[in-house]
Amino acid sequence: MKARVHVTLKNGVLDPQGAAVKHSLGTLGFEGVDRVRQGKIIELELSETDTAKAEALVKDMCEKLLANTVIEDYSVEIL
Amino acid sequence: MRAAVIQFPGSNCDRDMAVGFDRAAGHNSRTQMVWHKESSLPDGLDIVGIPGGFSFGDYLRCGAIGARSPIMRSVIDFANKGGHVVGICNGFQVLTESGLLPGVLMRNSNLKFICKDVDLKIETANSPFTNAHKPGDIVTYPVAHHDGNYTADADTLRTLHGDDRIAYTYVDNPNGSVDDIAGILSENRRVLGMMPHPERLNDPVLGGNDGSKLFESIAGALVSA
Repeated sequence: MKARVHVTLKNGVLDPQGAAVKHSLGTLGFEGVDRVRQGKIIELELSETDTAKAEALVKDMCEKLLANTVIEDYSVEIL
Repeated sequence: MRAAVIQFPGSNCDRDMAVGFDRAAGHNSRTQMVWHKESSLPDGLDIVGIPGGFSFGDYLRCGAIGARSPIMRSVIDFANKGGHVVGICNGFQVLTESGLLPGVLMRNSNLKFICKDVDLKIETANSPFTNAHKPGDIVTYPVAHHDGNYTADADTLRTLHGDDRIAYTYVDNPNGSVDDIAGILSENRRVLGMMPHPERLNDPVLGGNDGSKLFESIAGALVSA
């Protein structure tokens, strides 16, 4: 079973990388970009075959390592 | 004073930190170097140093992987039992990631790696790390980091201010840190995390020795303790 974790900065946390990407898009002539937020995707291949158990397992991984919940939100997709 | 310095793959200020401890402690002091895969600390330690560098290549988040190394469970136990811990630069990031200090170090607000000497204000002399100073003293330490932009939620910041737990602030904030914070103390004041590098300006031949004050403070506090 595969899982995909999206980690993004929480709303309200300044994202200077997103701001730099937005600025660069403007330089390239892309108009109408109101906001850019940058995050990361982590893909996992799991031996677990039960979807609910896999989701619980990956959420535990997010809490303990994959995200820093002081400034980051995460979402888990079971594929 | 018996000191140990933790070494992660990618640590690069570990020897400088050990020299800082040894010089301040004097006579025959030999700081012990402890590899991150060890599961226990040497017996009878007074202080553990978490050095600067780029542990595990800053993968995932700065300090995140190092904070989950086997030795860190022992360091957390040591701190919870009242042991002294100092984390500098990447060491500060490891301490926040391990939960020994609150908040987080984010990417510098200007997105640049900053490597220069900066002036710091001593905000409190009430700690084993800053007791050789008076509040308001200015010291010059180098910074060398890409992720030194300290932040924490509003409640945590109120607590840090209210409990006099901000050790150092930047005179001219280089990285966007909230409230100019450069270093903070734990609730029991025995764990210090700071981004600037006292151990890199600890000998006149390096251009200054302001950094020796930190190690002398520690040695003074721990010898008399």
